[in-house]
Amino acid sequence: MKLIFEKSVAGRHCDVLGKCDVDYAPLPEEFCRESKPLLPEMSEVDVSRHYTELNHRVHGVNCGFYPLGSCTMKYNPRVDEDIAGLKGFAGIHPLAPADTVKGCREVIDTAGKYLCEISGMDAMTFQPAAGAHGEFTGVLLIKQYHDKRGDTARTKIIVPDSAHGTNPATAAMCGYKVVNIPSAPNGCVDLDALRAVLGPDTAGLMLTNPNTVGIFDENILEITRLVHEAGGLCYYDGANLNAIMGVVRPGDMGFDCIHMNLHKTFATPHGGGGPGAGAVGCKAFLKEFLPASALMDGAKDRIQIRSFAGNFLVLVRALTYITTLGKEGIPEASQNAVLNANYLMRQIEGTFDLAYDRICMHEFVLDVASYKKETGLSALDVAKSLIDYGMHPPTMYFPLIVHEALMLEPTETETKETLDWTADVFRAVYERGKVDPEYIHGSPHCAQIKRPDEVMASRNPVVRWTPQE
Amino acid sequence: MNYPTELKYSKTHEWLTMDGDVAVIGISDFAQDALGDVVFINLPEVGDDVFAGEPFGDVESVKAVSDLVSPVTGTVCAINEVLLDAPEALNEDCYEAWIIKVEGVTQTEDLLDATEYEEFCATEE
Repeated sequence: MKLIFEKSVAGRHCDVLGKCDVDYAPLPEEFCRESKPLLPEMSEVDVSRHYTELNHRVHGVNCGFYPLGSCTMKYNPRVDEDIAGLKGFAGIHPLAPADTVKGCREVIDTAGKYLCEISGMDAMTFQPAAGAHGEFTGVLLIKQYHDKRGDTARTKIIVPDSAHGTNPATAAMCGYKVVNIPSAPNGCVDLDALRAVLGPDTAGLMLTNPNTVGIFDENILEITRLVHEAGGLCYYDGANLNAIMGVVRPGDMGFDCIHMNLHKTFATPHGGGGPGAGAVGCKAFLKEFLPASALMDGAKDRIQIRSFAGNFLVLVRALTYITTLGKEGIPEASQNAVLNANYLMRQIEGTFDLAYDRICMHEFVLDVASYKKETGLSALDVAKSLIDYGMHPPTMYFPLIVHEALMLEPTETETKETLDWTADVFRAVYERGKVDPEYIHGSPHCAQIKRPDEVMASRNPVVRWTPQE
Repeated sequence: MNYPTELKYSKTHEWLTMDGDVAVIGISDFAQDALGDVVFINLPEVGDDVFAGEPFGDVESVKAVSDLVSPVTGTVCAINEVLLDAPEALNEDCYEAWIIKVEGVTQTEDLLDATEYEEFCATEE
């Protein structure tokens, strides 16, 4: 397929706009560019066909199964999109007079109330634009708390080695030294390792529960107790909230602050490049440190990490999702996500090894290491082969503590038929690889793009089209 | 897997050999195989101090970024600049492609010999 720039023909254009019939009012020369921008010149129908062709070449959750673990790429009900598209929501301006946007304020307040109820927190901000931004905000709450108390000796944030990479990155961005602790053999926090690093220099702990291998840490109350005993605070990474919403609350597990990815768990399409929303909640004693908008809230003494109220329409979708599912539907969604993951795990069992053979939460990890030893085929080969069956591959090589990891998260909306089909596909790839590894190693055979040269792409990425001289 | 007997190994998969008073450090065959194709490497500068058991740089493969952990405490006296432009040398011959040289070594971690390391790697898989 050609790039849109390669389809450009000099002088071709769309005759949508009429000729300008008023005088041209030029900008001062110092603000004008010296050369014309390099924009493709095309007819309207060819632009439309170009993007439709692109659309046919991608795989999304509306095309087929998309079991990315640790990321919750789930189907979002259409009604949430409809409500977010209402003119009264989509057409507002953050600086509109307050009495003209009372409904939007009510959305913010109500969504905050419900999300506090789900997370077990007391206060919430919607400023953060996405998950990592939310983590940054959450750890800044911890930092402000210690700073205000004059407790400057607390310079370390503890992160398990199974954590999402954004956790240590966040701690470092906030000026903390990251202390990595190894996981226990069952993938959970090793309590002895935690005890060994806790001390007067502990600012806090960042944790996901269920953790990144899809297991609910049964020692969670002891973990948060130990951190508090040492004077640190506990931060909950809400990446895996889809497993527990409405069933158990991070606030009740002992966490002091949390971010939730509204674009994963609460009905905004995830993975499309945004916008997202990393709502951050906290217990009452941290409320004074939450960010606020200087322009909108008149809060000049508070940190501000984004303009105004954040990505408001993501919030509208979240509130619609929560109110349409209701108090019964929210936990049911999580229970179905967990049930689907356990069902799929047991259907796939007997082919690739389970990294942890126990009841999982919303996702589980396969370990391709022994299969690789036998056949020479890696997790990457298996993932590439799944593409030929019209399935998006699961997450590969994460979490890092399982070396040949494939991580599957089917989510709550998949039917038994889809899960059975998925297990059949995994079985088919597994069997074929045993007798014909070369075929799997050469996959995908049916996809638009075969195997890209990942080494070349990493070393010499071409991210910008430039015209040939 | 190839583990030359003249080298010592750490449990974080670096190898070490002494060239007189200078420690020469690289990554093992097990490490380069587990990493997959290496695409970038971050190295310290000559004159930087390194500490036994602490990261001194990192390698990025198509799979992940991993710390390089120093088996010794001392001062970096040379870095293998070839690797900055051609990190694939780590995949091609990880024992020829040394990463840093350290002088003024004051502390060395407990290291494994080739046989012990091979046994350790077997438990890692």
